[in-house]
Amino acid sequence: MPAMPASKIESSAPDPTGFASDVALYAKRRKIYQREAHGKFQQLRTVTLFVLAGFFLAVPWFNWHGRQAVWFDLPQRKFHLVVLTFWPQDFIYLSWLLIIAAMSLLFFTTLAGRLWCGYACPQTVWTKFYMWIEWLTEGDRNARIRLDRGPWTRDKLVRGAAKHFLWLVLAFAVGISFVGYFDPLRSLLSRLATLQLTVTEMIAVAVASLALYFDAGFMREQICLYACPYARFQGAMFDTSTLTIFYDRERGEPRGHRNRKDAGKGLGDCVDCHVCVDVCPTGIDIRNGTQYQCIGCAACIDACDEVMDKVGSSRGLVRYATEESLAGKEVRILRPRLIAYGSVLTIMIVAFTYGLSQRIPLRLDILRDRARVFRVTSEGLIENVYTLKIMNMDEQDHSYRIGLADGHELRLVAPATVFVQAGQIAAVPVRLQAEPDEHEHERRARQVTFTVQADDQARLAVRGESRFLMPAGGST
Amino acid sequence: MTSGWSIYVIVLVVANIVGAAWLLFWVRSTSGGASGKPQSLGHDFDGIQELNSPLPLWWVYLFLGTIAFAVGYLIFYPGLGSFAGVLGWSSVKEHDQDVAEAQAHYGPIFAAYAAKPISELTKDDAALHIGQRLFANNCAPCHGSDARGGLGFPDLTDNDWKWGGEPETVEKTILDGRKAMMPAFAPALGGPQGVESVIAYVMTLSGRKADAQLAEAGKPKFMQICAACHGPEGKGNPVVGAPNLTDNIWLYGGSHDAIAEGLAKGRFGQMPAHRDVLGAEKVHLVASYVYSLSHGSSN
Repeated sequence: MPAMPASKIESSAPDPTGFASDVALYAKRRKIYQREAHGKFQQLRTVTLFVLAGFFLAVPWFNWHGRQAVWFDLPQRKFHLVVLTFWPQDFIYLSWLLIIAAMSLLFFTTLAGRLWCGYACPQTVWTKFYMWIEWLTEGDRNARIRLDRGPWTRDKLVRGAAKHFLWLVLAFAVGISFVGYFDPLRSLLSRLATLQLTVTEMIAVAVASLALYFDAGFMREQICLYACPYARFQGAMFDTSTLTIFYDRERGEPRGHRNRKDAGKGLGDCVDCHVCVDVCPTGIDIRNGTQYQCIGCAACIDACDEVMDKVGSSRGLVRYATEESLAGKEVRILRPRLIAYGSVLTIMIVAFTYGLSQRIPLRLDILRDRARVFRVTSEGLIENVYTLKIMNMDEQDHSYRIGLADGHELRLVAPATVFVQAGQIAAVPVRLQAEPDEHEHERRARQVTFTVQADDQARLAVRGESRFLMPAGGST
Repeated sequence: MTSGWSIYVIVLVVANIVGAAWLLFWVRSTSGGASGKPQSLGHDFDGIQELNSPLPLWWVYLFLGTIAFAVGYLIFYPGLGSFAGVLGWSSVKEHDQDVAEAQAHYGPIFAAYAAKPISELTKDDAALHIGQRLFANNCAPCHGSDARGGLGFPDLTDNDWKWGGEPETVEKTILDGRKAMMPAFAPALGGPQGVESVIAYVMTLSGRKADAQLAEAGKPKFMQICAACHGPEGKGNPVVGAPNLTDNIWLYGGSHDAIAEGLAKGRFGQMPAHRDVLGAEKVHLVASYVYSLSHGSSN
């Protein structure tokens, strides 16, 4: 194995402060030359990464009823998700979605550690694509190390230029797709082709693209190590039954190279080939145990299995295991904690889906005229004035009928029907009238409930509460 | 800002930036760490030690970047005491610029409406919609969001106009405001008895029931004093804003007591001028909306 010992890479980093006798408190990034790992987990990862990246890039291309299917229209504050259009008033759904996401993070972390980090996080997805480009243009790990250490040659220049070019192309594709979620992608691209982008659009595309370029090209694992909060609190979600990537110390130690004479007598199964470290995208040694730096990508499992096959040992020296199973206990996947998380998650998803399916794309806000508590009409009736704001959050125009749910003694004066175009708000002044009541001194204020009902769909009905005020004893 | 405060601010800002840079430089290394491993800071919690771990260098560069940003900001924008910055930016200028942009965008829309007569705008749904919005924001607090007014504030939907109901007159009322004055007439009417008789007469003008004898006694007093403004038939006079007393529409209430109060203490109504508040072009749209309330099909 022509593997480079870890210590050599570390010592190659010069002390940035120049104070050799002191310990520098600002550490230069140790560049990680990741070696490609091959195996079933990496195949699975490749599938999920391509599906997720493809999904992200493809979604803004789809249209639905004359508009982009998924479109977060910030200026209009309308958030289109295919058949659903959310208004800022629907913020509660986003809150619940985020709570469900948090709960599923708890569930999956308890089940199998950092599945999200290793298989689904955008940081992982795009970094991996960048690594593939690196591998394509500059070669494998050893070739890249040689290239970096070697002098500037034409080959190095061409390969480097090709890498950065491809990085930028991918960054641009992702950047403009990202902007396309907020600013319809097709029109964005056609205006890009004819150089008619606004300054804001150009800045947005440039910022999104360059952010990815620097992040996936240069920052990579630094985000996971220093910026991501999840890495730091995952430990609180693990328990002894959590499936995590473990090095089987019992089996592996004492580690050591095999030589022909004693054929590894007295040594464990670990041949100390260092491959598990070379394939690690965050540059750690899994043999030191579970660490916060481990993003659970399983590259070390695949790499170690390959080596074990070659040296003729059984696979699984590094594997998904639980702390209990390593201690010789039975593997216990279903346990109260996981069942509790799972049930709560299921209930929340069912409730959320039900709530979403019952969502009525109609809202009613009632503003009672406040400058005047009440007025007396020429017929002597007590009258209150309200402005009903009818928000048609549907994709179709509707005519609405205004009514009173419980104002039995009250008379409603309102237009017969109110026509509101799709996505528009109508402000309708309406009046409630009551006979002055000489006897009921106590009831100077009463609750009233307005109803708004679409003419064409019984489902589109909402209620709104307000108050009706009248003078004490009905006197004017 | 006085120069004393200006110097105080400058000293504080500069000292903070220099202090931050110095701190960054000062803590770049720690001595005595021969092992090359991060030292413990001496804090030990259940066997977990707090280490003096190195900060990533790129993070330090971000810090330096913020210092560079601060210096640049202070050069280009106001921040150093009373120094205005080389760009000369100010929030007032930015506001003026935004207003000018809005004017450039919305100005032509309002100008186009302003060029059309009110009689035409009352048939234009888009214009009435804008007018309704303006009415809701500026007029509704007194006249009600349904424009039906209330005690002391005229109903704008009944086609009963104190100052005249021609479109131009309505527009002028909104632009320049109106001041109505009904003087206190109780002494001139000959005390309580005279007031009662005039009330009786005024009520008969709208066809309401009143003591016929009393009303007969009030008629000459009305002709002598009230007719000067309200006219001999009580039909009112839009030139001085005297209401029509024959239509049973009562701005301050139609009860006996309300009329008595008006006669005894007078009434002083005021419609504020909106020329400077809304501008003539928007008033034109509001006037169209108001006019449409009694001349259109809307509500």
